[in-house]
Amino acid sequence: MNAPEPAFLLDETDRRLVRATQAGLPLVPRPYHAVAEALGLPPEEVMARLARMQQAGAIRRIGVVPNHYALGYRANGMTVWDVADEEVDALGERVGRLPWVSHSYRRPRALPLWPYNLFAMVHAHSREEVEARVQEIAALLGGACRARDVLYSSRILKKTGLRLAD
Amino acid sequence: MDATDRRILNALQGGFPVCERPFLAAAGPLGIGEAELIARIERLLEEGVLTRFGPLYNADRMGGVNVLAAMAVPEARFEAVAELVNAEPEIAHNYRREHALNMWFVGASDTPDGVEAAFRRIEERTGLTVYRFPKEREFFVELKLAV
Repeated sequence: MNAPEPAFLLDETDRRLVRATQAGLPLVPRPYHAVAEALGLPPEEVMARLARMQQAGAIRRIGVVPNHYALGYRANGMTVWDVADEEVDALGERVGRLPWVSHSYRRPRALPLWPYNLFAMVHAHSREEVEARVQEIAALLGGACRARDVLYSSRILKKTGLRLAD
Repeated sequence: MDATDRRILNALQGGFPVCERPFLAAAGPLGIGEAELIARIERLLEEGVLTRFGPLYNADRMGGVNVLAAMAVPEARFEAVAELVNAEPEIAHNYRREHALNMWFVGASDTPDGVEAAFRRIEERTGLTVYRFPKEREFFVELKLAV
């Protein structure tokens, strides 16, 4: 799953399609037809290209993107862990499978300021709930974990989708 | 938000169909009509319950890059620095977090140099170090927020 896959190569039409839809789909009964009309493409081609990008993983999913805060998930903790290098990949896989973890990555440390190499985003309704989940992750990591921290987000300063340059 | 809004949120965090009348196709299982689904999504966007509706693109899979970064911003300059960071089109997300590193953002671009150029501009304009935390490995997750 983590073997580097070749990137999906966008042609110029794909790029126009990404630019036309990255901020959202039109809220009309035939949204793909509306996009097609704006781009001067047949609707069938727009739908086929979107389906292909989705299949290739260039589109993760199509749907609603909720604002966690508005949904009551006000305690969003970025949990960070200093895990032994030789164990971090196997343990990271297990952390990622916890149902309330939305993202989990191995990242480089920035010593001495930042000793953490495993990031796991935890979404919960309260800090108490986050702390309980942190305990669960700590138990899973066991002795391989040397240090940890939880960074809470207190404000969204910006949230947009991918922006392809014009 | 009522029960129907919650059903929409739970059902449509992915899997919105690609077909001629996708709202019609998605509305049926939710027990509402096409026009009502469109109107509700429109309202949820206006109310800020949704940040967006549409395809969620993955820059990594399109030959682009997507890099997490952080800065330690002095409190007195926080708003001004946030404005400078947010003004960069490559900055997709920016969050305030409670830590010495108090501003965390994601640079996303379809060109490898785009993100790095944005980070350098931010460093020049703010005089602050941008700590880069590129992903070295992504672990599988399957999250949908239950409402």
